[in-house]
Formats: sequence, structure tokens, C-alpha cells
Amino acid sequence: MIRRPIRRWFPLFMGPMVCAFIIGFVYPFFKGIYLSFCKFKVTSDATFIGLENYRRAFQDASFVHSFWFTALFAVVSLVLINVLAFAVAYALTQGIRGSNLYRTVFFMPNLIGGIVLGYIWSMIFDGILSRYGTSILLETKYGFWGLIILMCWQQIGYMMIIYIAGLQAIPEDMLEAAKIDGASRWQTLWKVTIPNVMPSITICTFLSLTNGFKLFDQNLALTGGQPYLIQPDGNSIKTTEMLALNILNTFYGQNANSRGTAQAKAVLFFILVASIGLLQLRSNRKKEVQQ
Amino acid sequence: MNKHSLSAENRRKTILSVVLGIICIIYVLPVLTVVINSFKLNTYVKTDTFALPNAESFAGWANFIKGLTFGNYPFLKSAGYSLFITVASTALILLCTSMAAWYIARVDSRFCRIVYYFCIFSMVVPFQMVMFTLSKTADTLHLNTPWTIPIIYLGFGAGLAIFMFVGFVKSIPLEIEEAAAIDGCGPLRTYFSVVLPMLRPTMISVGILEIMWVWNDYLLPYLVLDRTKYMTIPIHIQYLKGSYGTVDLGATMALILLSIIPVIVFYLLCQKYIIKGVAAGAVKG
Repeated sequence: MIRRPIRRWFPLFMGPMVCAFIIGFVYPFFKGIYLSFCKFKVTSDATFIGLENYRRAFQDASFVHSFWFTALFAVVSLVLINVLAFAVAYALTQGIRGSNLYRTVFFMPNLIGGIVLGYIWSMIFDGILSRYGTSILLETKYGFWGLIILMCWQQIGYMMIIYIAGLQAIPEDMLEAAKIDGASRWQTLWKVTIPNVMPSITICTFLSLTNGFKLFDQNLALTGGQPYLIQPDGNSIKTTEMLALNILNTFYGQNANSRGTAQAKAVLFFILVASIGLLQLRSNRKKEVQQ
Repeated sequence: MNKHSLSAENRRKTILSVVLGIICIIYVLPVLTVVINSFKLNTYVKTDTFALPNAESFAGWANFIKGLTFGNYPFLKSAGYSLFITVASTALILLCTSMAAWYIARVDSRFCRIVYYFCIFSMVVPFQMVMFTLSKTADTLHLNTPWTIPIIYLGFGAGLAIFMFVGFVKSIPLEIEEAAAIDGCGPLRTYFSVVLPMLRPTMISVGILEIMWVWNDYLLPYLVLDRTKYMTIPIHIQYLKGSYGTVDLGATMALILLSIIPVIVFYLLCQKYIIKGVAAGAVKG
């Protein structure tokens, strides 16, 4: 009985959101897919060239390098962030004094934007490394571990919040029962606590994986891709450049002819990130069935 | 025996608390480093990063004065644009997506379902996929000013908001709205005086997520806005570093400090909501 009168108000309720959604997402998305098969400098002079852009993307050494760099980064940060965040969350749910204060502090870096974080840490790393006569911009491994430390500092608090919610949802009597049965603290952790927070672990794993793959601001501000490695063919590879930054640099670099390639890279990047998202959706669904 | 294990338990907790306290201090050190360096002369920032300012290296407020007037673009102008864009975008997103979500949940036509699934789909699309075409579209439609960029934010950010609102509206019993209809409320009045007040908790969660996103966003405004005329705080800070070979690190740190103070104040004031909002947004993935 409420459906029909609402329908008359369609332009007011749906109009603004649908218009903005078409401008801000739907049109750019499909246009982007189309342009990835075209040669173009500006969007109006596109000519269809089939899969050429994709072939070029795969042949681009800097793109392949940024993919492996990003993948390695995503996996290492995933493991470190989740292990540390779980440990902190576990410690904070033991009923110790000051838990709230600690939780506040650990979460704080999340509020600070990626660009600002990047500059804060570049000052800190350079402050340390300059004593040894070097800089974070001079070695790939410094850039890599610098990014890892930065991301741990930022993301542990976030994942910790999700783990705390999961840990607090474990029924008290279950832990009590384990205690009465004589289970040690370690046994309880592995046999009762961890299986019960599996949903939180899944969420955090996927979240840190996609965050790792999509990382941009921090990458730009901390190293900007430096140091560069000059290839035998004269092209240079930015050795700490991640996928998102590589795509941006291909779009807005000196060579305007490579925009088609950049759009093809963007589509590949989208497929990669979206498949991780879909995988997560499926694993969430499976859990729901089991419960 | 019981007494003994209790005191062992207490000792364990105290040790844990102390260890976490130490980690906390390490955790705030980066921010403290920013504070001490914003009062240091530029040349000392790189060489004595971790030392407190002394008589020789102390710069007073000079870094702040320099930072605020640095280059040809005053920092306060960027801060003003940042504030306006964040407030306007968040308000627009909250109003438009909650209205659309109510329509989607209640009408449930084929068109609604298509819009809904597209919104969910948009959540897994990274910005790099649309950035080039989006910035061109914004240019063509003259949406490249701070006054119009909220429309772009509404379009690109609608997914998560629609998803969270629709989920919540579906959990509201239809009877309440039917009662309002029987009492003679039209859809508009039903929405604004019955549905909207009930949406409050989700409004706060979505609002927090959008504020955090828009305030810190760098790439979207960088590509969409006309950079010679308009900057936001992240763009301004990136610009300080990017356009000059030798950066005044002291002044940069002063600006970074100025830009994180409001964020930390906001966090301390709304901590409860922020943590709840973040947890709600994350669970939805």
C-alpha cells in the first residue's frame, strides 16, 4: 500500500542519486572499458585497435615489475598486519587496565591521510638513514620495508577494532567450559578462540589484501617510485612503484600515446581487485550457510 | 591455592598492561616527531630529527608563519576548500543516498534492483579504473570546481552508502510506514518525519566513513579540480614537496601538524561513533 504513492516521487528520491551515479561511475566505467581497446590522446579522438593495448601492457617491464612488487607487498603486509593486530586485540580483551586508552591510541593513525603519513614517515626514515649516509630513496629494500612499517602503523589499529568485535562476541561460557576442562591458555587460544573469530579473520585478510593492492597515496608520498633502475633499452623502471602509481604515471607521463595502454592496465588492475572482492563475497556466503 | 593463582593472574595483567603501554608510546612517537620538528629550523630537521629543539635549532613560530604564507597559495585557502568539500559532499551523500535507498528497498522494481546491484558492483572497482574518463567527464560538464565536486563524490561514493542504507531500511518493519500512510502522510512526509529519524545510527556510520574518505582523499580532487585555482590540504602538502627541489622541511612539518590537529580533535570528540562506523563499514566489506 506504500509502493504506489512512492513511485510518483521517483524523480525526487532516485533522480539526484542516479544522475550522479551515472556521471561519477557508470559512464566513466564503460567508457573506460571501451577506451582500453582504442588508441587515443584525448577521449574524443579514439580509434579502435583491438587488443594491442593489452599486449603492450603485458610487455611493459615497469608494469610487470610493479605487479610483483605490489603482490609481494600485499602478502607481507597482510601477514604482519593481521598477526600483530590479532595479538594486540587479544591482549586488549584480557580485561587489563587502560584498555580504552590503548585502543584509542592504536586506532589514531587511521584518521590521518595517506599523503601526510607518507611525509611523516619519510622524515623519520631519512632521519635514521642519514646517519648511515643513505636515504630511503636510494635503495629498493628501504622503500619496501618503509612502506611495510608505515602500513603496519596505520592499519593495525583498524584490524584490531574488527578483531576486538569478534573476540567480544565469543560466548563467555565457552571459554569457561574450556577452563574447567583443564585446557591451558595456549590450547584455549588455538582450539576455542581462533576458530570462533574465523569470520573476523576472513574479513581482515581480504581487507588488508585489497588495501595492499590498491595502495597509492602512501606510495606516492613516501618514495614516489624511487630509486629508478635504467634498463638496457634506455627505459627506466621505478623500482618501488606499485600498480596504482604505475597506472597514473602511464596516463599522465610524458608520452601521451601510451594512454590507451594505461587504460588497459587500469582494466587489468580492476579485474585483479574485483576478483579478490568476489572471492571474499563467496567465502562469506559459505560461512553463512554453515552457521 | 586460589589466592596464589589470583595474584599470578594480576601480575600477568600488570606485565601485559606495561608492555602495551610501551608499545603505545612508540606508537605516538611519529606524531611527537612532527611536533618537535615543526619548531625546528629547517637545517636541523634532517640532521637532528629526533632531538628536542635547543637554543640553536629552535625556530619558534617561524615555520608556521612561513608554511601558512608559503608559495603563491595560502594554506588556509586549501583548508577552507577541504572543509567545504568534505561537509558538502558528506551532506549530499547522506541525503541523496538515504532517499534513494528507501525508494529501492520499498519499491523493489526491476530498475531498482539493477541500480542496487550496480552500486554493490561499484564498491569493488578501484578508482584507477575510472579516473581518466571521470576527470574528462567532470571537465566537460564543468563539475571541476569545489562547489560542484560533491556531485562527483556522490556518484563515485554512492555504492557503500546505498548498500548500508538499503540493508538497514529492510530491517525496519513496514507497519510503521503504513501507519503513517493511514494517518494521511504522503511519501515525502513519511520519509522525513518517520524514516529519516530511524536511520540515525546508519547515518552516523556512513557519515563518518564519508568524512574520513573525502577529507583525506588526494587523487580524485587532484584530477578533477582545476589545480591552478583550487587545492585541498592533501594536494597542498604534496605540492609543497613536489614543486620545489629543496623543500623547507620545518615549514612542511608545521603544516602537517596544523592539518592533523583538527583530525585528532574530531577523533577524540567522536571516538565512539568513529570506531563503530569503521567496524560497520568493514564488516560489509
